[in-house]
Amino acid sequence: MKNKLCALIGAGVLAAGLAAGGPVQAQDTIKVGILHSLSGTMAISETTLKDVMLMLIADQNERGGLLGKQLVPVVQDPASNWPLFAEKARELIERDRVDVVFGCWTSVSRKAVLPVFEELNGLLFYPVQYEGEESSRNVFYTGAAPNQQAIPAVEYLMSEEGGGAERWVLLGTDYVYPRTTNKILRAFLNANGVSDDDIMENYTPFGHSDWQTIVADVKRFAAEGKPTAVVSTINGDANVPFYRELANQGITAEEIPVVAFSVGEEELAGLDTAPLVGHLAAWNYFMSVDTPENAEFIEKWHQFIGSTRRVTNDPMEAHYIGFRMWVQAVQQAGTTDVDAVRQAMYGQKVRNLTGGVAVMNVNHHLSKPVLIGEIQADGQFLTVWETDDVIPGEAWSRYIPESAKLTADWTFPWVCGNCEEPRFEASF
Amino acid sequence: MRKVRFLLVLMAVLMVGGPLAVEVSPAAADEAPATAAIDIDALRSMVDDLVAGSFGDKMTAVRDLADSGDDRAIPVLEAFLNGALYTRATDGRVVIGERRGRGLLLRDALTLEELEVVPTTAVNRVAINNRLRGMVRTALGSLTLMSPNTERRRQAAHAVFRARSADAEPLLQEALAIETEPSVRRRMERALAAIHLVHGTETEQRVAALEVLGRVSDREVRTLVASVLIQDSDGNPVEADDAVRAAAADALASIDGRLALWGFAVNVFQGVSLGSVLLLAAFGLAITFGVMGVINMAHGEMVMLGAYTTFLVQQAFRMWAPDAFDYSLAVALPAAFLVAGAFGIAIERGIIRFLYGRPLETLLATWGLSLILQQLVRTVFGSSNVEVGNPSWMSGAVEIAGGFALTYNRIWIIVFSLMVFAMLLVVMRHTGFGLRMRAVTQNRQMAASMGIRTGRIDALTFGLGSGVAGLAGVALSQIDNVSPNLGQGYIIDSFMVVVFGGVGNLWGTFVGAFTLGIVNKFIEPYAGAVLAKILVLVAIILFIQKRPRGLFALRGRAVEN
Repeated sequence: MKNKLCALIGAGVLAAGLAAGGPVQAQDTIKVGILHSLSGTMAISETTLKDVMLMLIADQNERGGLLGKQLVPVVQDPASNWPLFAEKARELIERDRVDVVFGCWTSVSRKAVLPVFEELNGLLFYPVQYEGEESSRNVFYTGAAPNQQAIPAVEYLMSEEGGGAERWVLLGTDYVYPRTTNKILRAFLNANGVSDDDIMENYTPFGHSDWQTIVADVKRFAAEGKPTAVVSTINGDANVPFYRELANQGITAEEIPVVAFSVGEEELAGLDTAPLVGHLAAWNYFMSVDTPENAEFIEKWHQFIGSTRRVTNDPMEAHYIGFRMWVQAVQQAGTTDVDAVRQAMYGQKVRNLTGGVAVMNVNHHLSKPVLIGEIQADGQFLTVWETDDVIPGEAWSRYIPESAKLTADWTFPWVCGNCEEPRFEASF
Repeated sequence: MRKVRFLLVLMAVLMVGGPLAVEVSPAAADEAPATAAIDIDALRSMVDDLVAGSFGDKMTAVRDLADSGDDRAIPVLEAFLNGALYTRATDGRVVIGERRGRGLLLRDALTLEELEVVPTTAVNRVAINNRLRGMVRTALGSLTLMSPNTERRRQAAHAVFRARSADAEPLLQEALAIETEPSVRRRMERALAAIHLVHGTETEQRVAALEVLGRVSDREVRTLVASVLIQDSDGNPVEADDAVRAAAADALASIDGRLALWGFAVNVFQGVSLGSVLLLAAFGLAITFGVMGVINMAHGEMVMLGAYTTFLVQQAFRMWAPDAFDYSLAVALPAAFLVAGAFGIAIERGIIRFLYGRPLETLLATWGLSLILQQLVRTVFGSSNVEVGNPSWMSGAVEIAGGFALTYNRIWIIVFSLMVFAMLLVVMRHTGFGLRMRAVTQNRQMAASMGIRTGRIDALTFGLGSGVAGLAGVALSQIDNVSPNLGQGYIIDSFMVVVFGGVGNLWGTFVGAFTLGIVNKFIEPYAGAVLAKILVLVAIILFIQKRPRGLFALRGRAVEN
């Protein structure tokens, strides 16, 4: 309701501006669109991202705004309804005339808004780890690509340190992200000598709550003698009953470790984590990482949200990095014009909250460090392994033959997200 | 040998205090005559490796510490395992931390001498990962075979079975000689048989071992036995001994036969368990929709209100009576019934009574209501899940043969659903209220002319249906997420059960829920969770074509008009 009101007021202000003498007057502010579900199934994860964006914008305004103008957030609620995402995105760009949009969580919603952003030449910052196999000139992907999350996690579990797993259970929610990720993982595992007999794949609907059969199947599969690990791309609420069933059926992390790509601090908040100690998650950020930047970020967040019990998580850091990069790019370009900002984005650097420097690459993906953490009894993660250096995100997986041929490079001479040949002929 | 025995005694002393090594009593350390197998500096360097070394160093350190046989190594390893090993931030000294209020009491890792109490921020926890945990457990495992704690011995026997190390045999024999607990004995015999099978050289001994293993219904044992029958790439058996191979084939057949039977039994249990969840969710609807004919889309939200009531009750317990937490559900049940029932009565009096006989409006109004209730809860409690705890008697599982486990929360929910069913039957059949309720639903005018206040009965009936939905919420909070969306996940299933079972008939709901549950669980292993649901839905649609009134159709005048 509040968001509709906001939108209405936004529209009203715009209309008043137009009436008072053209769009010039409306340009005294820079509008930042926020497109996250505040109701429905995804509200649990996305509401926090709306809040973190409001915090970042307020913070930037305190520093004197951007290009001498104040930033104004325009919040829309697409209500976890995928087609509504596209409608709201159109409203944000066409009616509210926002300069940039930060939003989406599920890949379905991103796929829904993609044509809108490409048609209207908008700019979207997408903060969540995803399945890759995409590079749009209108989207900057600040979450992890599979090679920055899934592949390193599996490599870790294969290593002696991670337990030397030889049999794999791929569990996922039934939609595009888990299916594509598991396709890449299967190709990767096959390339590493794991036969299909040693891989079990299973999909469940959103919000699945009866895990008895599947957990029993995992147990049976793991009892065949080889070390077994579970790779979970289970999304949203379904994780809570899943982990509960694991604990109840007595599966410990030493016997069968579960590494999750969609379980962060926020998801663990509704869960008694004592029986889960030792299960893993792979991210680019953990709240527990001890750096001055992270401490400052957490303190600001607690102040903004008014509670020291709220946690921070990976997509929040992604929004932080994305927003800072966009601010720097706008400052560099001297305008919020999408084409100019896009050009200025390449090579932008922002210090990660976990140390090291994130760089925006020409394929619209970030170079980021990869961390693997174990769940602790207090609901936090303890980093047990991390990459020595930042890893550049790959839009197209090298393990899927038809993708391996493709290149994403939005600078001359390629200027393309999925080409085998450069679009232009370089004359140098 | 003597050293080992001493270690066992020491371990026994350590174990009494409980599973955590942090509870090491200093007295035990003081009284223990130091078996100075190696000097303390050597131990210190191992401990330093454990703390600061690379992963490889840590593995070596665990092995060295275990091999040292020095009793001072045990508390270090146990603390390492339980995440109670720290380094002090000021000087990097390795310490064992023990909770004292909000801080930690630090002891020296080797001498166990008490140092100081510090806040948790003054120390850094020594990281451990799953691989190391497994190693430490194996290292400590064979030493706990004679622990006075039964569960410990059971775990130790299991660890020895897994490791199948020939070194453990004499110790195992010794432990077996004095073991009295039958379940632990069985595990030890199994471990011994596994060692004999793998390391034995005499045919007789190995065949005897296979006989023991053949009597066990366990997947890991099956894998071990099956490994005897492996053939190499040319199709020649790897195992040279014909007698052993024949014994293994017999053992395998006998294990497989029993495992198949157990698998079937567990499938039935899981189906009954799913059925009981469906039944609980559908009870309320069986009354509001089945008996009263109100298409109540807000039914799921009544379930959700019950779950949130559980949360509030548990919060109250956490705040004022944390020790009595296990009894929180006993309070939550009547509370949830009353809260959801009160909401139900308010909804009936406020909205639904104006809409009787207009199903479309009822549907829209109750659907709108469900959205309002969801948003209300979201505004009050936030959109994230709230944490509803399992009381200890609902956590864990009872391990039955074959590596199958029946979880306690599922067992209790089955029991609970049957209790609610019995209660509802009694209310409907044997109370004045039930009689009036049935009278009103069967023939309103006649009931009214007999002096029954039909409006009041309508309100109470709706209240009862909602209250029962609230009870379901308490049960579902134990296995599902408590979020504002909780109810949405159950509304479709509930309608399916009621329609399938036959509208207006509690027995129909009962049979319908269990049928759907069991059918679903038998399809799921073959078709996956998504397809299983679809198949069940299609089956119901086809079934309704054949029998539009469901399994148990009501007969009589009420139906005909």
